Amino acid sequence: MKFGVVVSEGPYTHQASDTAYHFVTAALAAGHEVPRVFFYHDGVNVGTRLSIPPQDERNIQEQWTALAKEHGTDLVICIAAAQRRGLLDKNEAERQGKDADNIAEGFRISGLGQLIEMGIDADRLMTFGD
Amino acid sequence: MATLHTVNKSPFETQALLSCLGHAKAGDTVLLIEDGVYGAAGGTALTDAVAGLGGAVTLAVLAPDLKARGIDEGRLMDGVKTVDYAGFVELAASHDRTQNWL
Amino acid sequence: MEDGVKKFLYVNRKAPYGTIYALEALEVVLIGAAFDQDVSLAFLDDGVFQLTKGQDTKEIGVKNFSPTFRALGDYEVTKLYVEKESLDERGLTTDDLQEITYEDEDDDWAEKPSIIIVSRSEMADVMAGQDVILSF
Repeated sequence: MKFGVVVSEGPYTHQASDTAYHFVTAALAAGHEVPRVFFYHDGVNVGTRLSIPPQDERNIQEQWTALAKEHGTDLVICIAAAQRRGLLDKNEAERQGKDADNIAEGFRISGLGQLIEMGIDADRLMTFGD
Repeated sequence: MATLHTVNKSPFETQALLSCLGHAKAGDTVLLIEDGVYGAAGGTALTDAVAGLGGAVTLAVLAPDLKARGIDEGRLMDGVKTVDYAGFVELAASHDRTQNWL
Repeated sequence: MEDGVKKFLYVNRKAPYGTIYALEALEVVLIGAAFDQDVSLAFLDDGVFQLTKGQDTKEIGVKNFSPTFRALGDYEVTKLYVEKESLDERGLTTDDLQEITYEDEDDDWAEKPSIIIVSRSEMADVMAGQDVILSF
């Protein structure tokens, strides 16, 4: 079965991105497909490579990056939500005249259409948020 | 054509659980996750309301969230099922759709 | 599901302005309209506050997005289910809501109301009839 997953709350403040990660991991372990995870609202903050959680805590971004690497899951950050919150990839930083970018490996920035597409394509859609 | 509902808020904080139960249909499952697990406890001011609205639905609770919060399974209302993350995935797959009450 | 068209329901349960969820939900609805799916919106619990008349955000410095609801008809988003019990609980009636209409191309472009007031059990039926439910 194909699952689509939306993460709509930021990391560390809210458990949503952790629950989503455990759900996706369990789904993949059970032989299901999770072709894409879409990050929206404050969920886009999961995709910054500049977060430095204390060493004895889980690193949420690195967990997702590793998952994407292993399973080819497409981690999409909503561009409109990302721009509001200061998440930029290299192209966007250049286009907007900003002096830095901060998207982590395995994540990419794209439009809300990717969320709708995921809803059309998936057998089940799960939203983890606040 | 059943729905898996998830609720991730304590019913003492928001109306999400009561609203969810008010819209769930016979045959649906309501899975309590994150702070939602507090809604599955027996002997609270909301136990009767939850049990009353939830009569026709299966109430389930995510065990890792229960454990994290130090809630013993013996404190759950009668009839509440516990599942792990694999069980959560199974519930999502075995229902026709999911609705997440945020 | 017919011909690859899915029934999408956007569930709005939060009030506007205090958090961004209502605005970003509307952004999804507007983008989603381009995908030719069968789209409905549900307003229940505090979500009914999104549709009230007379919103004026000048003094809080936040964009007033409530007029956008009146433009949804142009995007062929014409089914806005509003729960009566949620209105009643909050001391609201339909008179407190904006008038939102669309032009029905199958009926000589007659102007029709987009807001459909439903009971809680009718709302449950609407929800149970969907393929995809996105919650905000």
